[in-house]
Amino acid sequence: MTPALEITDLRKSFGAMEIIRGVTLSIPAGERHAVIGPNGAGKSTLFHLISGHYRPSAGTIRLRGEAISGMAPHLINRRGLSRSFQITNIFPRLSVWENVRCATLWAMGYRYAFWRNIERLADARQRTEEILTEINLLDRWHVPAGVLSYAEQRALEIGLSIAGNAEVLLLDEPTAGMSRAETERVVALIRRVSEKRTLLMIEHDMGVVFDLADRISVLVYGEILASDTPERVKANPAVQQAYLGLEAS
Amino acid sequence: MSERTGAAPASAVPPLPTGRGAGFMATFGPWIAAAVVLAVLPQVLSSGLALSTLSLMGMMIIFALSYNMLLGQTGLLSFGHAVFFGLGGFLTVHAMNAFAADGPPLPLIALPLVGAAAGLFFGIVFGAVSTRRAGTTFAMITLGIGELVSSSALILRHFFGGEEGVSTDRTGLAPFLGLTFGSQLQVYYLIAAWCFVSVAAMYALTRTPFGRICNAVRDNPHRVAFIGYDPQRVRFLSFSLSGLFAGIAGALAAINFEIMNAGQLGATQSGTVILMAFIGGIGSFGGPIIGAILVTYLQVALSDITDAWQLYFGLLFIAMVMFAPDGIAGLLARQQPLLRGRQLHRVLPAYALALVPGLAAVAGLSLAVEMTNRLTVHAGDGPAMSFLHVPLRADAPVPWLVAVVLFAGGGWLFLRAGGVARQAYDEALAIVQGRGNAS
Ligand SMILES: Nc1ncnc2c1ncn2[C@@H]1O[C@H](COP(=O)(O)OP(=O)(O)OP(=O)(O)O)[C@@H](O)[C@H]1O
Ligand SMILES: [Mg+2]
Repeated sequence: MTPALEITDLRKSFGAMEIIRGVTLSIPAGERHAVIGPNGAGKSTLFHLISGHYRPSAGTIRLRGEAISGMAPHLINRRGLSRSFQITNIFPRLSVWENVRCATLWAMGYRYAFWRNIERLADARQRTEEILTEINLLDRWHVPAGVLSYAEQRALEIGLSIAGNAEVLLLDEPTAGMSRAETERVVALIRRVSEKRTLLMIEHDMGVVFDLADRISVLVYGEILASDTPERVKANPAVQQAYLGLEAS
Repeated sequence: MSERTGAAPASAVPPLPTGRGAGFMATFGPWIAAAVVLAVLPQVLSSGLALSTLSLMGMMIIFALSYNMLLGQTGLLSFGHAVFFGLGGFLTVHAMNAFAADGPPLPLIALPLVGAAAGLFFGIVFGAVSTRRAGTTFAMITLGIGELVSSSALILRHFFGGEEGVSTDRTGLAPFLGLTFGSQLQVYYLIAAWCFVSVAAMYALTRTPFGRICNAVRDNPHRVAFIGYDPQRVRFLSFSLSGLFAGIAGALAAINFEIMNAGQLGATQSGTVILMAFIGGIGSFGGPIIGAILVTYLQVALSDITDAWQLYFGLLFIAMVMFAPDGIAGLLARQQPLLRGRQLHRVLPAYALALVPGLAAVAGLSLAVEMTNRLTVHAGDGPAMSFLHVPLRADAPVPWLVAVVLFAGGGWLFLRAGGVARQAYDEALAIVQGRGNAS
């Protein structure tokens, strides 16, 4: 079966600095895959490359067999890949409701329709309500997204990335800055929404990583140090030295 | 997902959208009322000046709203919007002349379609260039397009008619239901009808998937790309459609004035529409309507009494940007919770208190402006003049002293009173919200 995501010898340089240095990674459909690594390792850069925000300097990225490297983000999104951002990235003046509804529209086939009343789109309305229930923001639906609390904005960020029903989901530190209780809710949410999808997630919280991930890749200085099941990654001496050891010390 | 601090009680959450519409009167009531107002206005304001001012307002409402499709809805600051107004108008004038000579028997009332087509066409052409980028780059390109078109207008004399422009005769076209549109009253109704249709269409546009995505692009173009939309395409479509409506406004100008000249597509006209949108308020659909009405009224009224009227616009613009950046519509919107909570009486005295020194400051400033104007531009007329029916000499020290005292004293008191008014507002708002929580 074609992997959901297949990355081959991916490289990215900013000027003379090579940040991603030959990443090769294959993620089968339906897998929950975590990317861990120290700060500045290039995890977010890797996500930017996959989602089309940055152009790779070299290498290829295939989404369900189709080469997407170098494509514009909206074209990649339309092929079934959606993402969230490490730094909350929402539509601050639109209401929570409109934020989510906008994120459902393309996938529902409404495209740039300027002849249909948006309030009459029953399927978009229903999907919006589902997502808001899922992310527990239904009672905040009318509030401008910019005035939500930090945790609420993080939840909305996830809502935006799942609203379009993309088959491959990239989440960049979805639980960053959250309390224990909030983190648990988000983990449950991620587990639910990733049931029929492929998930690639950057996460610093090792509890979350070992709880959710089928496989883990360790990224250090732009290179994959290990890519394996949680148990074997935990036992890998190179990983312990390069990353987990740092955490412990 | 969070421990919310100070969250509103559950009862304050409005019911979710149902998609069933708000009932006939809630949806169409305001539109019916607007149509009735447009229909009876000429009965109330029937003088020639009133009719031509109302006609001007009608076309400017369309123009300002079309501009806000860019600025307020999509977040695009254009400095060349008059290009579409002007080109729409010029093509309409030429179409009128052609049809009057030996064209199809198209009635005058259909001619704004020519303006719409021209506006859309040039919107597509110039949009393809300018909307590839957003932000400052976009603004600079539109400035360049504005300059390009208005300088071409002076070179391509055959089409633009050089300094004098191109004139036409609107009565030369086929009559429509017996109407020849010779009188200003008939022209008013033509403009009112097109104004109504255009405003309704632009409003409907804000409530479509496209309209919402425009707002999303305004808020965060970068994020839009990750929900499947091409922000560049959204900008392009918005730009093209806004050109269409600006073209309708230009066509109405051509019909109304029976002449178009290069001034109609130049920087001044582009500046005026920015002024209208900003003064009215770009944050709501209705803001630019208010701005178009107010600015047009002031243009007509002020240009009658002073030739420094453009300077006053500049000052008004600065004052609005400084003290009410979300425009008149924004100021009004902020009173709405007080009105609903029946607390408006708490703030009105404070507002009135601020208004008095404010007006004094304005009087002082305009006295200084008018005296300067008399001593410089109109030096030949001598220093004797009158201001607000008070005779005075522009070269005497006393009027200058009065001007300075009025401006400085009034301004200082205005700022003080403004603080008091703001405090009164905050207190009234707290009362409204306090009640909201208690119930
Ligand atoms: N646009 C850019 N231009 C130059 N350098 C960049 C750019 N984007 C990222 N970098 C650099 O690339 C390195 C990796 O950044 P990246 O954000 O991918 O790290 P990360 O692994 O996500 O770290 P964190 O855990 O802190 O989020 C950093 O040193 C950063 O400064
Ligand atoms: Mg990162």
